[in-house]
Amino acid sequence: MDEKAPRKPDDHQRVEPALNLQGEPARFTKTNPDPDAIALGPEMAVAEADVRSAEQGEYVRGSSLWRDAWRRLWKNKLAVFGLVVVIVITLASIFGPLTIKATTGITPDYIPSNDVKRIKSFPPFTGVNAEFSWAHPMGTDNAGRDLLARVLQGGQISLFVGIISTLVSLIIGVSYGAIAGYLGGRVDNLLMRLVDVLYSLPYVILVIVLLSMFRSQTPRGQLVLLFIALGSVSWLTMARIVRGQVLSLKNQEFVLAARATGVSTARIIFRHLVPNTLGPVIVYATLTIPQVMLTEAFLSFLGFGVQAPLASWGSLASDGVQNIAIFPWQLIFPGVTMALTLFSLNFLGDGLRDALDPQMRTD
Amino acid sequence: MLRFIIKRLLVTIPTILVVITITWGLIRLAPGNFYSSEKKLPAAIEKNIREKYGLDKPWYQQYGRTMWSILRHLDFGTSLKYQGQSVNTIIRRSLPVSASVGILAYLLALVIGIPAGSLAALKQNSKWDYSSMAITMLGISIPNFVLGPILVLVFALSLYWLPPSRWDGILSRNIVLPVITLSAVYMAYIARLTRAGMLEVLRSDYIRTARAKGLSEKDVVVHHALRGGLMPVVSYTGPALAFLLTGTVVIEKIFALPGLGNYFIQASLNRDEPLIIGIVAFIAITLLLMNLLVDVAYAFLDPRVRYQ
Amino acid sequence: MSSANGNLLEVKDLRTYFDTEDGVVKAVDGISFRLKRGETLGIVGESGSGKSVTNLSLIRLIPDPPGRIVGGEVVFNGQDILLLSGEEVRKIRGRRIAMIFQDPMTSLNPFLKISRQLMEMTQLHLGHTKAQAYEHAIKMLETVGIPDARTRVDNYPHEFSGGMRQRVMIAMALSCEPELLIADEPTTALDVTIQAQILELIKKLKHETGTSVILITHDLGVVAGMTDHVIVMYAGKIFEQAKTSELFARTGNPYTKGLLRSVPDPTAEQGQLYQIPGSPPDVAHLQPGCPFAPRCERAEEICRREFPPFVELTTDHHSLCHFANEVFANSPGVTSN
Repeated sequence: MDEKAPRKPDDHQRVEPALNLQGEPARFTKTNPDPDAIALGPEMAVAEADVRSAEQGEYVRGSSLWRDAWRRLWKNKLAVFGLVVVIVITLASIFGPLTIKATTGITPDYIPSNDVKRIKSFPPFTGVNAEFSWAHPMGTDNAGRDLLARVLQGGQISLFVGIISTLVSLIIGVSYGAIAGYLGGRVDNLLMRLVDVLYSLPYVILVIVLLSMFRSQTPRGQLVLLFIALGSVSWLTMARIVRGQVLSLKNQEFVLAARATGVSTARIIFRHLVPNTLGPVIVYATLTIPQVMLTEAFLSFLGFGVQAPLASWGSLASDGVQNIAIFPWQLIFPGVTMALTLFSLNFLGDGLRDALDPQMRTD
Repeated sequence: MLRFIIKRLLVTIPTILVVITITWGLIRLAPGNFYSSEKKLPAAIEKNIREKYGLDKPWYQQYGRTMWSILRHLDFGTSLKYQGQSVNTIIRRSLPVSASVGILAYLLALVIGIPAGSLAALKQNSKWDYSSMAITMLGISIPNFVLGPILVLVFALSLYWLPPSRWDGILSRNIVLPVITLSAVYMAYIARLTRAGMLEVLRSDYIRTARAKGLSEKDVVVHHALRGGLMPVVSYTGPALAFLLTGTVVIEKIFALPGLGNYFIQASLNRDEPLIIGIVAFIAITLLLMNLLVDVAYAFLDPRVRYQ
Repeated sequence: MSSANGNLLEVKDLRTYFDTEDGVVKAVDGISFRLKRGETLGIVGESGSGKSVTNLSLIRLIPDPPGRIVGGEVVFNGQDILLLSGEEVRKIRGRRIAMIFQDPMTSLNPFLKISRQLMEMTQLHLGHTKAQAYEHAIKMLETVGIPDARTRVDNYPHEFSGGMRQRVMIAMALSCEPELLIADEPTTALDVTIQAQILELIKKLKHETGTSVILITHDLGVVAGMTDHVIVMYAGKIFEQAKTSELFARTGNPYTKGLLRSVPDPTAEQGQLYQIPGSPPDVAHLQPGCPFAPRCERAEEICRREFPPFVELTTDHHSLCHFANEVFANSPGVTSN
């Protein structure tokens, strides 16, 4: 491996420092991960390494990658545990409320009666007269509604918002990054400078302003607003990752072949290049979901997120905090369920990253 | 180096203006206004209010006036809700609260996170490593609005060791639970970052050289490995600060602290335009300046980047 | 202070294994050699042959896990390094056995000044004060031919070019006047012109200080000009071992022959460059028999079945091959008297 620059012997030239995120020689830049990256998997540093390596163009190889990756993932017990828990909670959230309704007739909104004696919060597994009862495994909230049903419904909303918002940010980020990377040159430069500027904005603060100003009339409308708001927070890093990948892929033969046969630019970008960036995209998407869920949760906690009668884990926690002194289970159950879900998602994302690119492992 | 700083500062100013404009725009574009939250006011009173606050003038004039007083005197006006108090006063009063909680939280995170992560890296795959990685994963996964109340439940409401809420000055015991709650996530991240950074450095060639020179393991770690291994933590400080800001908002709500975050939430709910803009601008400036500082620090610490 | 027969270093049956996902990799599997004072030994092999691992094993720098030195002796000046305590090995490293590595770009700490990196050696091993160490560092830089040493000693590694950095590494290695210098592919990462300079430098310093040298390389050309003895490694074993002049004159092993043939000869008119067919073996899953059999022109059935013997061809010339004598006899330069 000869030295790259053509130098005379004993030349006192300095060495170029590493390439920065734009692929230009670095000038005092630190890597600049997403400012609102909240639960970015295990290590931000490794995520940075993801971004850096993806941007310096580590080409993801063809399909045998998936088989190897799957094998590696399976070996990682923690990731498998995470996957299982996530699947269980997701299934419970989807089918739980329906099942509960079918078997016991209780819905998340069901308020037992107007009887004063019953409108209070029961602790877990307790019945009306403080006897043991299977009726409410998680207890009830202030209005007497079954907490388990509410937590499961909350799960529906939280997971739904998390996944859809991640999808939104994925679509925006992948398109943006792929276009910037493929077109290159000045367009790329401009687009990435924009990303840089956006990075330094206090995004979540602006989102709070947005959500507080534009409270939707309907709970469904509010959800849509949330998708947009949350999706627009996390697309930046995705864009960078995809751009890096595309930059390295675009000089590959299959791209040249496609160009030579007259395939349109748009098709090249979306049909040929993007599918080859799938690896890092999947990893980052899996790590984004808990991040977005956390953001939604605390927005709801503050009152700017999901509106009644819909509930998410965040808003349930918010309700629960009010009564923490007397009815602690109202906070603990939604809180612990959420923590468990995030925990599992993080492990899963971690495992996926290790499985898809073991070179980025740090152990 | 100086040129770099100046260039960044020059970019900062338009960015802040853009942020302010966006905020202003959001507030103005939204339906409704700040004075008609509950009931519909009689027309005459409404007209008076609009005149008083200059809302009857065309929007570009209002925008111009707002921006002008900001640019000229850094005057963000008077709060619409907190009668007679200028935005600047409110910010000045509430800033120490948020700042002290935030700074203490981050310092705590560094003090505990860095040694924990380094130890995990040195004893890789040991019980310490696995358990600390599991704990930190918990720290990242438990939202602060869950952790906070639980800590309050245990330490304040059950054990009576600490007060559950309210602010009593920086040196009071009130600060303990908020700081710990806020710090938890960062502690976890920093421990992981340190571990990752150290692991990577410890595998590098120059560490092998250092060992080949006969240096003791302690010297290798402290004098050679730490420098490079802590770089990820330094980079992380930038985004961490942004996150700290939003975290403080939640903490202040849980613990009823009269900080910037709380005022921000109230202002948003009240549509208190000057206060919203003032706080947002302040946060944006702080963020940009701190990011600049971190970039400079990073350049300072890594000699390869330091020289142009 | 050497052992009775004047050997500075005697390695006997060294074995270093690595535990990997794929199984146990026997990176070094029974290596023995000797080094006299003032001599230069060359270790030649392709990547994966185990030459670097041998090196690192000598001063116990094998990362454990996943590696471990499972057997053998490394007798340096009468002491078996493998039996010493960690403390004692550290005293030897840098002070009596020094090492320089392949890639000077990554082998120097980018965050510390060169002066600091030089000084810590003499401060640690020779008990220098800061001032003494500083002066010594400058002197060493001058010795290795770095101009403006007094100014440049406070520079950072990235401010030097590749060749310069390697010189700095050499300066660092020789700071404490070690008895043995191990150079692990010191020129592989450098420009060809610089390669020659560095090798010349090593040669010159060796003459001036009398340091023994172990030079690891995959390039036979390097070995020819620099070494007294050579061992050729493959798949963790020594395939041939001889005096350098002898090896080039008449080799006794098909692998060595192949290596020699693949050195491009600028004077000859050649069509194709010769390359030994095939690729280095997967050391985690070695077949029985000779590890080189799959690629050997000379291979026969017995080679695939039985592990070859280590044949003594002449004094101090051995070859690991079933047909060693034959290959030896057929080498150019063997006069049939």
